[in-house]
Amino acid sequence: MPSDIFRAGSPARSSDTGTLDRCDAVPKLIGNPQDFLIITGLAGTAKDIAHLCEPHGNYYACAGVMGGATAMGLALALAQPTRRVLVVTGDGELLMNVGSLATVAIMHPPNLSIICVDNGHYGETGYQKSHTSLGVDLATIAVGSGIPEVRTVTHDHEIAEAAALLRTTEVPAFVLLKVKPTDPPKIRRSMDAAWTKHRFRDALLGTR
Amino acid sequence: MADAPMWPDEIYRILRDWDVTQFSYVPDAGHAVLINRSLEDPEVHSVALTTEEEGVAMLAGAHLGGARGVAMMQSSGVGNCVNMFSFVKNGQFPMLLLVSMRGDFGEGNPWQMPMGQTVQPILEACGFICMRVEQPSEVATATQAACTMVYQAGQAVAVLLSQRLIGAKAF
Repeated sequence: MPSDIFRAGSPARSSDTGTLDRCDAVPKLIGNPQDFLIITGLAGTAKDIAHLCEPHGNYYACAGVMGGATAMGLALALAQPTRRVLVVTGDGELLMNVGSLATVAIMHPPNLSIICVDNGHYGETGYQKSHTSLGVDLATIAVGSGIPEVRTVTHDHEIAEAAALLRTTEVPAFVLLKVKPTDPPKIRRSMDAAWTKHRFRDALLGTR
Repeated sequence: MADAPMWPDEIYRILRDWDVTQFSYVPDAGHAVLINRSLEDPEVHSVALTTEEEGVAMLAGAHLGGARGVAMMQSSGVGNCVNMFSFVKNGQFPMLLLVSMRGDFGEGNPWQMPMGQTVQPILEACGFICMRVEQPSEVATATQAACTMVYQAGQAVAVLLSQRLIGAKAF
């Protein structure tokens, strides 16, 4: 094999791999989901949140537009300054548009928090390693982007403080939730982007 | 400048009359006046983006929250948005784009040509109605028409501000 081939396959440090189960950790971190308006990325986090929120319409889950969740949440937070807005995204979705953390930071919405459920893998496509399994730390990127409150949660006992932060922060907050690469909850949800749009708007705005 | 064109101010006034409160953009010389107006206006959010696709996602998020937005970009930025345009055909989200054109009338930079010449077919393939504006006298009418189609009829509309209108950049 040629020795001058570079490949992204260096082994992750053990600390880079989460041990929490997302099916337990995400509900614990969020608590009562009705306290938030929630935007999710595609794949795993859409299922995490659909499982948590159904049958209520306080969440909008993507099944495409990879990299868009954080910017959607930013605009929603600016539009609804009296509501707490939560973006729940994955490491792969966020890596596609890490610049949106910088955009959130410069706008500084007091009512927007971001949870990144980081399993270090592209679970939806067969659990290929993502950059976060290979040494990339999204919490450091969030700090460098200027997000003022950043937490990394790797153990169960760290969840409570981060959960409180999501409910009390008056500045943008980012919580990196390190989980093991296991499947999200099984849930059947509507993939109709227009129907879910109407449901979300009806729940939030009423008929207009 | 005594001879500064009036049409950017007309666009801004019409957008504000329609209660547009979220202005997002990757800066471009063609949008300089609009960007400055939004920065000076305490009633609106003026959002500098790192890539234009964030602006498209913001239009979707603003609509979910009951607010009206506009995304401003150069023609080259349209190419950065394509996957995010899924919101249009799939989700039927209303969207207003203001695209300052490069790579068309009188362009001297060949790197601008590929995107400049494909902006309209790309946007139309993604579900946008395109309105190309060539003359200062057409700007207000086109902006008013676009706002009606977007914020009243729920359509996705791109107003293409041509290089004939803006003036080609000298090289």
